[in-house]
Amino acid sequence: MSAKGLADKVRDTQVWKSIFRHGPPNNSRNRAAVVAGNVFLHLHPIKLKKSGVQLGYTWCMGGLTFFIFLALTVTGVLLMFYYRPTAEYAFNDIIALREHVPLGIMREIHRWGAHAMVITVWLHMYRVFMTGSYKPPREFNWGVGVILLVLTMLLSFTGYLLPWDQLAIWAITVGSNMAKATPFAGHGGPGAALAQIGDFVMVSDKNDVRFQLLAGRFVGEPALLRFYILHCVFIPLVVGVLIAVHFWRVRKDGGISAPL
Amino acid sequence: MKHFINIIADPIFSFPIFSLLFFAMIKWYRVVGTKKFAWIFLAISVPVTVWFLADPQFIKIILWPDNIPINILVILIVFLTWFPLYKAAENDKRLEQGLEPVEALPENREKVWAWPNLVYTELFAIIAGTIFLVVWAIIFKAPLEEPANPTWAPNPAKAPWYFLGLQEMLVYFDPWMAGVVLPGLIVVGLIAIPYLDTNPKGNGYYCFQDRKFAITGFLYGWLVLWIYLIIVGTFLRGPNWTFYGPFEYWDFHKVVAEYNVNLSEFLWLKWLNTSMPKNIFVREALGIALTFAYLIGLPFISLKTKFGKDLLEKVGTMRYYIVIFLVISMGSLPIKMVLRWLFSLKYIVALPEIELNL
Repeated sequence: MSAKGLADKVRDTQVWKSIFRHGPPNNSRNRAAVVAGNVFLHLHPIKLKKSGVQLGYTWCMGGLTFFIFLALTVTGVLLMFYYRPTAEYAFNDIIALREHVPLGIMREIHRWGAHAMVITVWLHMYRVFMTGSYKPPREFNWGVGVILLVLTMLLSFTGYLLPWDQLAIWAITVGSNMAKATPFAGHGGPGAALAQIGDFVMVSDKNDVRFQLLAGRFVGEPALLRFYILHCVFIPLVVGVLIAVHFWRVRKDGGISAPL
Repeated sequence: MKHFINIIADPIFSFPIFSLLFFAMIKWYRVVGTKKFAWIFLAISVPVTVWFLADPQFIKIILWPDNIPINILVILIVFLTWFPLYKAAENDKRLEQGLEPVEALPENREKVWAWPNLVYTELFAIIAGTIFLVVWAIIFKAPLEEPANPTWAPNPAKAPWYFLGLQEMLVYFDPWMAGVVLPGLIVVGLIAIPYLDTNPKGNGYYCFQDRKFAITGFLYGWLVLWIYLIIVGTFLRGPNWTFYGPFEYWDFHKVVAEYNVNLSEFLWLKWLNTSMPKNIFVREALGIALTFAYLIGLPFISLKTKFGKDLLEKVGTMRYYIVIFLVISMGSLPIKMVLRWLFSLKYIVALPEIELNL
C-alpha cells in the first residue's frame, strides 16, 4: 500500500473522523474548516493579508514571545517538581538539578528562554512602533502590550531570586532597594517623613512598599516564598489573561496591521 | 589604541559621541538605509569586532554567561536599527513619487489562506526557536554562584541586565527618580503614545518623513537612553560601579576622585561667599526655582518656537503639555549627565532632610 493510500485509510477511520471533523485542507472549504474548527488554530483568521505573514514586516517577534512563554511554562512546571522554595533547600535543589539529572538542560532552557523573552518582547514593541501599528484602531491593544512587556520583565525579575545564590539575592537586593525610595510609600523616599502624626510613623521600613514586596526588611526566606508564588502562579495567571485579551484584540482591531 | 578606546568609552565621551552618531544617522537616514551602507558597515565592523574579541579582558566580560543575552541583543539591534531605516527610505522615495508604500501594493494586500501560509510559518518558527534554545542551553550552562550569603555583598552588585539602564541612572539621580519616577513615566508615556500621536500617516507601513518627531523621539529613548545605558552598566561598570574601559582589568583598588558639589553650595559658598542659610528651602531656593522653570517655563518658551507652535496646532493644548512634559522628563537625564561632567554638579535641589534630592 502506498503512503498516500495509507493516509487515506487512516483518515477514513472512526477515530480520526471523531477528532478532525473535516477532510484534508487542500480545498477552500476544508482550509476554512481546519482553522475555524480547531480551538488552537481558531486564534487565526481564516484568511489574512499577505504582509501579515512576511517576515520583513512582522519580524515574528510577537509570535516568538508567545512561543517562549509556552516553552517557559512547560520547563517551569518540570522544574517545580524538583524545587522547594525555602532557604534550606532552594540552592541544594538547584545543585541537584545540575549534578544528578543526566543531560539535564531544563533549567538552562528556562533561564536562557527568560532572557530571550525579554529581548523578543522589546523587539516586538519596537517593530510595532516603527510600522505605526499602535495608531487607531489599535491604541488600546498597544497599552495592553506595554503592560505585558512590564509583566515579562517582572516575571524574569522574580525568577532571578529563586536559585538562591549570591547573584540572585544581591540582584534582588539592588532592585528592591529602589522600592524603598518610592515617594510617600517607601521609608527612604521623599515625602515619607511627612506621613507622621506625633510620634507615630506611618511609613517605616516595617510597612512600606519594599516590606510588602519582600515580606521583610531584607531579602530573606519570606521574600523567597513571595517571589516564588509571584513567579509561578500570580504573574503567569495575569499574563495569561492579558495575552488572551491581546490576541483577541489583534483580531477584532482588524488583524495584523497594514496600510489603511 | 586600546588605551585610547578605554578612555573614550567613558560615558563622558561615549555618551555625546553616541548621541551625535544617532542624530547623524537620523539626519542621513537615506544614506544609512541602503544596502551599500550595510555592506560597508559590516565589512568594517567584523574585523573590528574580531580585534576586540582578541583581547583577554574584553572576551572575559563578553563570555560571562548572563551577558550572552546582551551580546545577542546588541547584534540584533544593530541590524534592526538599519532594517526599518532601509524600509523607510524605500517607502519615503515611493511616497515622494506619488506611489503607495510597498506594503500597500496589490500583491501584498492580497489575502492568503491562514492554512497553510500562516500555520506553516509558525511551525517553522517554533522548530527554529526550539533548536535555538536547546543549542544555547547545551553550550552555556545556567550560571550559579555560591549559596546566598546575606552578610557578604559581591562587588559590584548588579541588578538583572535588563534593569542595568536604570541602575546606571543611579549615578546621576537618586533612587526615587531613577528607580521609581522615571521608570513609571516610561511605562505611562509608552501607554500614552497612541493617544498623543494624532498623526494619521504611517499606519501599517514603514516610513520616516511623515513621522519625523515621533520616530526620532522614540528611537533616542530606545537606542541611546535605554540600550546604550544597559551596555555601559553591563560591560563598563566594575567594582563600586566605577568606570572601566573595555580592555581594562577590573582592579578593585581603582580609586576615582569624585568631589560632586550641590547647586546650593555653589551659590552660597562659592558665588556669594557666605554661610549656608539655616532654612532648608531658602538654601535650595535657586534649585527649586530652576526646577519649576524647567518644568513649567519650558512648555511656554517652546510655544515661541516654530516647532512648539506647529505641535500645539496639530495636537491641541492638552496633548501639547503632556508631550512636552514627557520630552523634558526624558531630557532631564542627558541634562543631568552633562551638568555632572562639566561642573561636578551633584544635586540641583538637595533636600536630604526630606529625602528629596534632584
